[in-house]
Amino acid sequence: MIKLDKVSKKFATGVLALSDITLAIDKKEFVFLIGPTGSGKTTIFRLLTREMLPTEGTIIVNDWDVVKLPNHKVSHLRKKIGVVFQDLKLLLDRTIFENVSLPLEVAGVKPEEVKKKVEEVLVKVGMLDHKDKFPIQLSGGELQRTAIARALTLSPEILLADEPTGNLDMATSWDIVNLLSDINERGTTVVMATHNIDIVKKLAKRVIRLEKGRLMRDDKGLPDDSPHAQGGKAGKKEDHSSLKASDDVKPMTDKSEGQRKTEEKK
Amino acid sequence: MKFLTITWHNIRRSPYQAMAAVLVMMLTFLAVSFFTFLLTGSSKIINYFESKPQVTAFFRNEVKQTNINALESGLKDTGKVASIKFVSKQEALKIYKEQNKNDPLLLDLVTADILPASLEISTIKIEDLASISEMLKASSEISEVIYQKDIVSTLVSWTSALRKIGIGLIVVLSLISIFIVVTIIGIKISQKKEDIEIMRLIGATNWYIRWPFIFEGAIYGTVGAVIGFSLALLILWYATPFLSTFLRGIPVLPVNPVFLLGVLGAELILAVIFGAFSSFVAVLRYLR
Ligand SMILES: Nc1ncnc2c1ncn2[C@@H]1O[C@H](COP(=O)(O)OP(=O)(O)OP(=O)(O)O)[C@@H](O)[C@H]1O
Ligand SMILES: [Mg+2]
Repeated sequence: MIKLDKVSKKFATGVLALSDITLAIDKKEFVFLIGPTGSGKTTIFRLLTREMLPTEGTIIVNDWDVVKLPNHKVSHLRKKIGVVFQDLKLLLDRTIFENVSLPLEVAGVKPEEVKKKVEEVLVKVGMLDHKDKFPIQLSGGELQRTAIARALTLSPEILLADEPTGNLDMATSWDIVNLLSDINERGTTVVMATHNIDIVKKLAKRVIRLEKGRLMRDDKGLPDDSPHAQGGKAGKKEDHSSLKASDDVKPMTDKSEGQRKTEEKK
Repeated sequence: MKFLTITWHNIRRSPYQAMAAVLVMMLTFLAVSFFTFLLTGSSKIINYFESKPQVTAFFRNEVKQTNINALESGLKDTGKVASIKFVSKQEALKIYKEQNKNDPLLLDLVTADILPASLEISTIKIEDLASISEMLKASSEISEVIYQKDIVSTLVSWTSALRKIGIGLIVVLSLISIFIVVTIIGIKISQKKEDIEIMRLIGATNWYIRWPFIFEGAIYGTVGAVIGFSLALLILWYATPFLSTFLRGIPVLPVNPVFLLGVLGAELILAVIFGAFSSFVAVLRYLR
């Protein structure tokens, strides 16, 4: 369970990255976090993992009061939250296997168990064949999967995915989104920050929209008639119709984003 | 064990830094071992002389046997003397030949004429040495009196000078090695800053991140100590033939292996503390 209560974050530069955000995400929910660039999505994730402290407000993750959490407990909190970082943060001098096993090693899991668990998640993200390669030897999509695999190794209760489909083609993006909803169905709370409106629209899930650090929208996505997660190509074909349908239902903020997206495509 | 693997990885990645750290540690422990040997040796020599209440008096070359006998009986009359041993020129030559039998060059140079006859006098009580030696010095037959107390006090002053030099040198070298290890570990931490940040975000505790660096410092210390000690041992082994002629009769050599093991053990403990302390300083400084 994640709870933000009147959370604000003002950076030393004077930028107000988040202002007065109040929201709650239940266990086992799947939530999209959307909003234009610089709207504060990553900042929310960084607050949740205590990478930094909010200027104001309280943050609860599971039973932890994140703001008041003593320093020595921060590592416990972070082991309960899997994060796919926007910039992935893979260790370049370690193989895929070593990168993915890192959270387990940090948590002091026995070597035999590490091997088993890592191979299990690598199979899940389809990266087992690449396990002995180094990050520079892999494509963007493969690296995204590696980052997801690493976020999953400790079987976290919460998964924060910051643009896990950034720079990927639609088919690969759908693979990843399907993977995340699969993980979600097995009981993990998933929060995914994304710019990919097509995905948000097709996967009728709760959408939290930020703009300039303010909460603009928080509701259950679209009516359930729009096609669900289903392999990239099928999704792509129906792209247009679903976009239109959603434009009719959704408030203007979404419209502008949808239009921007279609313009980019042309 | 996993930490050691990480440490080993870190060391291998920058061999020159590792070498610098090991070398300076080696130098420090070479000095530690060297002065330990030297000071232990001299304190043994001092003990030897202190335990023997003895005066050696060398006669003038042209001394007559009657004068020698008179002096001997005069000494006995004091009642302070435990034993008197006369060493004639021939006997002195025999002893000399025995001691230098491996060195024909030295043997050729020396004849019985050069070597003085002498009296070795030991007293019952150490305190009486002073008066006996005064008495000998007063005699016109005697050219030189070697009095253990003089030897001891010369040795003591030499040893204390050596000790001061040794301690000074060791302190300076220790400071240098601490600074070098702190710097090297500091550089390594800065080089791995991003990785460390990532590890933290993944849930690594502070100690998980610190341990490999602390082990690294301890390993530099340990390896440096082993090499430094071995080097000092090599020097000692190399110098043993020379030293044993020099120290003939004084039970210093060969050095007791148990003592050597003890020194090595103490140095290893010191090395681990030293290295670990240095890297801990670096960790506190560079890894908040
Ligand atoms: N460390 C920082 N210091 C100062 N300002 C920052 C810092 N990090 C982020 N910001 C600012 O805070 C605002 C929110 O940034 P954030 O990274 O949360 O945006 P975002 O929604 O994740 O954007 P994007 O979609 O591009 O990833 C931006 O204006 C950014 O410039
Ligand atoms: Mg971001």
